[in-house]
Amino acid sequence: MNGQRRRIPLWQGHWLGLVLLAATLFAVPFVAALGGQAWVRIANFAILYVFLALGLNIVVGYAGLLDLGYVAFYAVGAYAYALLASPHFGIHLPFWVILPFGAGLACFFGVVLGAPTLKLRGDYLAIVTLGFGEIIRIFMNNLNAPINITNGAQGITLIDPIRIGDFSFSQTSTIFGVTLSGPQKYYFLLVALAILVIMVNMRLQDSRIGRAWQAIREDEVAAKACGINTRNIKLLAFAMGASFGGIAGGVFAAMQGFVSPESFSLMESITILSMVVLGGMGHIPGVILGAVLLTGLPEALRYGIEPLQKAAFGRMIIDPESLRMLVFGLALVLVMRFRPAGLWPSSLRRRELSETTD
Amino acid sequence: MSAHQVLLEAHEVAKHFGGVKALHDVSLTIRRGEIYGLIGPNGAGKTTFFNCLTGLYRNESGHFVFDGVKLAADAPHKAAEIGIARTFQNIRLFGNMTAIENVMVGRHLRTRAGVFGAISRNAATRAEEAAIARRAEELLHYVGIQERAHDYARHLSYGDQRRLEIARALATEPKLLALDEPAAGMNGTETEALRLLVEGICRDGVTVLLIEHDVKLVMGLCGRVAVLDYGEKICEDVPAVVQKDPRVIEAYLGGSVA
Repeated sequence: MNGQRRRIPLWQGHWLGLVLLAATLFAVPFVAALGGQAWVRIANFAILYVFLALGLNIVVGYAGLLDLGYVAFYAVGAYAYALLASPHFGIHLPFWVILPFGAGLACFFGVVLGAPTLKLRGDYLAIVTLGFGEIIRIFMNNLNAPINITNGAQGITLIDPIRIGDFSFSQTSTIFGVTLSGPQKYYFLLVALAILVIMVNMRLQDSRIGRAWQAIREDEVAAKACGINTRNIKLLAFAMGASFGGIAGGVFAAMQGFVSPESFSLMESITILSMVVLGGMGHIPGVILGAVLLTGLPEALRYGIEPLQKAAFGRMIIDPESLRMLVFGLALVLVMRFRPAGLWPSSLRRRELSETTD
Repeated sequence: MSAHQVLLEAHEVAKHFGGVKALHDVSLTIRRGEIYGLIGPNGAGKTTFFNCLTGLYRNESGHFVFDGVKLAADAPHKAAEIGIARTFQNIRLFGNMTAIENVMVGRHLRTRAGVFGAISRNAATRAEEAAIARRAEELLHYVGIQERAHDYARHLSYGDQRRLEIARALATEPKLLALDEPAAGMNGTETEALRLLVEGICRDGVTVLLIEHDVKLVMGLCGRVAVLDYGEKICEDVPAVVQKDPRVIEAYLGGSVA
């Protein structure tokens, strides 16, 4: 087998596809709104998870560092936004101050987590990062005494929405004759952020830094011998991934208007990691697919299974929430059994795995 | 021998693994522009010496002076930066990257673009990327595997992988190229081609340190040879003398020679 790989710019020869994609992306919030604003919110979460999964993809997919505590950075970003734009402290800073600050703070925590784990690999790294994720959550849960910083398990409410001048993202308004609801406006904001993170991912992949990450993933000793300062380059991967987590957290807090430690459980980290692995590690379209599927399908299930059960048995037999986890687990097992490289892997990883199983 | 002729000096380098003395006060001097051979039976400490030199191991005592500068222990990337590049006994390429990408990684050290350059793709970064790619192509051409530039490293033949590893090492612009058994597992034709390549590298101004089992190759290629046995240097001279040294014969054939 001849492993040719050529680099083709994404848009080249695909402009028709891109136009269709743009039209679809534009239509989604209006079509979803036909089924109620709840569906727009689900679409928003799907895109938020695309953002998170692509942030994690830098750490896991490119640099090959298994990070099970990614949600910690999401939490840092969310709480940074919540504390600086809510009545809790009476501080109301604008989003364009808080989002970069949240990203910077998460970046700092990324380095703080990264520094002690530099010599660890694989399982050991996973366990330390997992612990870090839990530490952050427990801190958020308990930092309400002696000084009430995070308001403990009750969380922080009445967080300001993202607002530009008088234009608030939480209210319905009319732009160019089109009436947009709050969630619909957040949808477009999230799409813009997602495009940004996709671009950053693509550009990093094909850069000096991206190659250094891949070299560390492939063979750390050889990378060192090539003159790569693996310590700094690994920290950079943690810092980059964490910054994206921080931005996502800030947008999440603004969109929900409420944060509590409950949103940042270990399960959340695992879900984001599953999106990356299920879709196809290191492959941008695969990661996007993974994120959309793992957000969309359980929600569709939740809304679909209730009427289905009522119609079939006349009452609810299984709680949709527990069924959701069941299907989630089953999907993971099936994908790992039949498509171990992910649903949409890069041509490279597919070959890698098919060769080892042959 | 004047000071500027000396490229590398090893001063009584010692490395122990538990009770095993892998290297016992090894001192040697490599001159600029020569091909220096390091031979010895299996387990003599040749690769350990390499690993100490390139910072992968921390030696217990002794030190290296390279190009007039004392080497920091335990810092492989610094060794590469100061001008020591190496290949590995069991080839260590970035298997899931293409041949040209492997060489491009070798350029990491001599280029600057950071995250912001990568994301903004400004003019300076684009120019640097183009220069990296151009240099990588030249080096693939230099070692003779330019046709395989866009193949994955792990799909290359064994001989080509050896060549690719040398190209990657050369990409760091070394003053000293340390080759760890480059001819291992090669047939006669491939070994001959390798000999020509190493000679060419030396002619182009890179000093070569060669660990090798293929005695014929070492004797034909190297200006001077050191022999290690049980972690000690037992002999250092031109190949013709080393070949006849009774200690060397004993080390290789074992026991007393009748």
